Amino acid sequence: MSDVQEFQTRPTDTSKAESPLEWSLHEQKSLPHASNPGVTLSEKPFLGQLIVRGGAIVLDEAVREVMDMALPAKPHALVSDDSGERSIQWLSPDEWLVIVPGGEEFELEQKLRKSLGQSHFSIVNVSGGQTVLSLKGNRAREVLMKSISYDVHPQAFPVGKGVSTVFAKATIILRRPEENGWELVIRRSFADYCYRWLLDASREYGVSVVR
Amino acid sequence: MFYILCPYCKEHREEEEFHPRGQAHLMRPEDPDNTTDEEWGDYLFFRDNPRGIHHEMWVHSVGCRKFFNITRNTVTYEILETYPMGEQPTITADDPSVRHEQGAQVADGGWQTVGARPENTALNEETSS
Ligand SMILES: [Zn+2]
Repeated sequence: MSDVQEFQTRPTDTSKAESPLEWSLHEQKSLPHASNPGVTLSEKPFLGQLIVRGGAIVLDEAVREVMDMALPAKPHALVSDDSGERSIQWLSPDEWLVIVPGGEEFELEQKLRKSLGQSHFSIVNVSGGQTVLSLKGNRAREVLMKSISYDVHPQAFPVGKGVSTVFAKATIILRRPEENGWELVIRRSFADYCYRWLLDASREYGVSVVR
Repeated sequence: MFYILCPYCKEHREEEEFHPRGQAHLMRPEDPDNTTDEEWGDYLFFRDNPRGIHHEMWVHSVGCRKFFNITRNTVTYEILETYPMGEQPTITADDPSVRHEQGAQVADGGWQTVGARPENTALNEETSS
């Protein structure tokens, strides 16, 4: 066990949790609903997100033991488990983003700390600091092409890739976990801005927002 | 806009993802107690401002957030190479092919007024000295 103080950041009582898009998405009475949408937008709120830093070899051993997954060692690699609910993404040569279903992150953090012991590493729970937007539909890529300078052509951006880059002047993580679906990991303070930007950029293709 | 090769991401990225962070390869004096004021002053405040090849530290601030080095030509803005921290450049101002290519002054002499264009282009030629 490492000598770091851990604490459960997720409230265990019945108090209401609010995602960063509480006001602009979840509390809106009516949401955009195109009849034949080219783009479908939804939030994946309250996921468990950990930033794990350290040497690739020790971290790989730990995530194999705890999560039964291999650490993606190649730049921009994104791996998911069979259910697609748990993923590990390369962010830099010594930094990974782990996303798991909401509520699992604290136990995962404890297990990883236990497995890593006294090695040189850091785990930070960033679940409250960012949220995940899902962008689907056959025109989703065109929305991205308008918003970021990174090349999202399938040749340059295959399934299983993720990059952190600039989206409409904000910093985001863009991931492609499946053939026709993109994920944007956005910061809490930029969530409203990014969401509105996406609505505006998607309007010409017909957009539906799913709660 | 430039495409800059990040040696950690191992791909070219837009310039807007990067920030320059000044001269590369600055060495902190190894023995601070026996370092003169002048040496400290040089280390802290004085930077090269060459016309031509310059080695700079940049950070991939929006991507992997790693620092790395760039060899850049301050006349043409051409980026000649990027390499990770801790490594040495393969292209330097002493490289004869570079001196010829850039056709401009390097760090050790020549034009005195930085940024001024010589009226006589002959001034711009390499001297055989
Ligand atoms: Zn990078």
